[in-house]
Amino acid sequence: MFAFPANIPSRSAREALSRRDFVKISGVCAAGLATAGAARASEKRALDPDRRGVLVDLTVCVGCRRCEWACNNANDLPNGDLSDCDDQSIFKSRRRPTSVHLTVVNRMAGSDGSKPIFVKTQCMHCEHPACVSACLVGAMRKTADGPVIYDASRCIGCRYCMVACPYQFAAYEYENALTPQVKKCQLCQSRTSRGELPACVAMCPVEALTYGRRDELLKLAHERIDCNPDRYVNHVYGEHEGGGTSWLYLADRPFTELGFPALGPDSPAELTETIQHGIFKGFAAPVMLFGLLGAIGKLSHASTAHTHAEHTEKVTP
Amino acid sequence: MTLEHSIETSRPRFFTPGVWVVVAVAMIGAAALLARFVFGLGRVTNLDNGYPWGIWIAIDVACGVALAAGGFTTAFVAHLTNREEFHPLVRPALLTAMIGYTFVALGVMTDLGRFWAMWHVMLPWMWQGNSVLFEVAICVMTYVTVLYIEFLPIVCERFIGRVRLPGVLRVLNAPVDRLLRLLDAALGRVMTVFIILGVVLSCMHQSSLGTLMVISGAKLHPLWQTPMLPLFFLLSAFAVGFAMVIFESLLASKSLGIEPETDLLARLARFIPVLLGIYTIAKAIDLLNRGAFVHLFDGSRANMLFIFEFSLGVVAPFIILMVDRWRHSARGLFTAASLVIAGVVMNRLDVFLLAYTPAIEIRPYFPTPAEFAVTAGFIAMIVLIYRFIVLNFPVIERLEEVRA
Ligand code: SF4
Ligand code: SF4
Ligand code: SF4
Repeated sequence: MFAFPANIPSRSAREALSRRDFVKISGVCAAGLATAGAARASEKRALDPDRRGVLVDLTVCVGCRRCEWACNNANDLPNGDLSDCDDQSIFKSRRRPTSVHLTVVNRMAGSDGSKPIFVKTQCMHCEHPACVSACLVGAMRKTADGPVIYDASRCIGCRYCMVACPYQFAAYEYENALTPQVKKCQLCQSRTSRGELPACVAMCPVEALTYGRRDELLKLAHERIDCNPDRYVNHVYGEHEGGGTSWLYLADRPFTELGFPALGPDSPAELTETIQHGIFKGFAAPVMLFGLLGAIGKLSHASTAHTHAEHTEKVTP
Repeated sequence: MTLEHSIETSRPRFFTPGVWVVVAVAMIGAAALLARFVFGLGRVTNLDNGYPWGIWIAIDVACGVALAAGGFTTAFVAHLTNREEFHPLVRPALLTAMIGYTFVALGVMTDLGRFWAMWHVMLPWMWQGNSVLFEVAICVMTYVTVLYIEFLPIVCERFIGRVRLPGVLRVLNAPVDRLLRLLDAALGRVMTVFIILGVVLSCMHQSSLGTLMVISGAKLHPLWQTPMLPLFFLLSAFAVGFAMVIFESLLASKSLGIEPETDLLARLARFIPVLLGIYTIAKAIDLLNRGAFVHLFDGSRANMLFIFEFSLGVVAPFIILMVDRWRHSARGLFTAASLVIAGVVMNRLDVFLLAYTPAIEIRPYFPTPAEFAVTAGFIAMIVLIYRFIVLNFPVIERLEEVRA
């Protein structure tokens, strides 16, 4: 007949935590600390003061959608004729960036029937991006000079970055069965590293898009607002939203009317990282829990040692 | 003759008509699973850029992890606080956790777009310490390993003195037996460490599973979205851990035709109302604190979901278990345990799916038949493997008594 001494088969083990156990535990803890330390080292976010960005002046945009064409062209995505851009029927539905259109322009009618305005959308290249904080294998990376870059060779395809992005600007290649990628604007990093402008910026016929140092773009944006207070709302979207973004927007009406989410000044990543590092700081909490459980085990085993002996004798003849 | 007869009837067979139904469900699931790997996520699921996570994450992973919590809660109560009377419940709970977590891993793998790159999670130079998912992944992987180690003594016990290899391998019988005995003795010495490690790892990832959705910000409805999500997830994991043990034990008694351990289970069930009470107080403080309580009366869909989840999974079982007479009846216990389980399942579904609204909804998400089939198939496989192991390994004490 089975004795069922549960999972601690031998009596020696039932004497709960011995000194030897604690040596082992400290080994585990040391490993934990090392991991935590390594993790923290990688956390430091150093952004160059001269990091780049793009200023979008929505009051200038004419909705020609040439930037969409240029983007697909530059990123080797399926593309139509340049003349296809003039098709106005596409504005009937509101579109989002997809895995084959990294940037899309929507026509937004004002809530009070005011004249429509065109809104170009793409990944905002957040200063403290939720997608980067979320990605468990570091496939999303904020480069010091601005762009948030995706590295398919690390990605495992969990799509947590998409759950995290507050703008829903990361898209997935669901149709690809074997090597799907997360697709989003890369701020044309391959072009800018050669000293060229991002494709969409270079293409824009009315200079609605300005590429440059983020701090200078911010200055420029505020200058424009100050010089034309009637033309703009006094708000540069992206200056503070969600911890700030590399893409900055000027508009003539409140951004909430244009489908921009109203985000606080903190990145969504901030709160999670605070919770996470608060709980796991230096692995203190888990280690303490380990110790506490060990102590509970030791105490309760000691207090019932007598019963145990009896029990053991009974069941193992 | 009569003795043999009684052994015949008391030792349940693996296949019964019900089991064949489960086998059929598992087969359909396997077919859908094959389709997913051949045709890709886009063709088989209804996921899109607005809903990157569907039922495979919400049910297979989030509910799976929660419902496998019985492993660490019983391990804690029975071993660490050393309550001898609960020891018979440890092995079934351990087995559920072991199989459950194995299928959580399979569920994750099914959902991963680049499943073949899954091992990146194990490469230190890929690690991204800010990611909550990273912490969950590492904890779950380590915990699965710990569960397998905790299960090894059961394997040893099954085979020690009974190693009968076929044919020429017979010469190995004695050495294998000796090895098993060595392994068993060695495990006995270190098992406490693994048990504590299991509890610590469980507390870590059960709570972090809640932290996971904090980063989704406004996409998750304010009735659920809170920095306290990790606490709620941990508390509900404790509660559902006990509920699962009760639920399973009663179910096993019924399907294997053995007497239910009502008294023992009633004693275990006492923990549940305490946990539900703490949960309720914490939830009330949180809702008041964030001002989210206004959504309790706005009549929205989320409002209804919340009321449903809370009354079903917290209020109802709390009342049932507070009545002594009900708590001491198999039916009362079973009802209360089922309600807690249903409530936690609802909660995880709400947090991961139903109360999650994309920034811009492209189209509402409803799972495809194939998504349902995979999920149902995984559950069916869990049931089959559980049954097989229970019938062939010393897991359920009373069954062993019947057998002996
Ligand atoms: S910066 Fe490049 S990738 Fe981004 S929207 Fe413009 S063209 Fe497309
Ligand atoms: S907009 Fe979304 S995808 Fe782009 S950097 Fe920010 S969080 Fe990442
Ligand atoms: S889908 Fe890829 S990039 Fe996004 S979080 Fe997962 S591993 Fe990182």
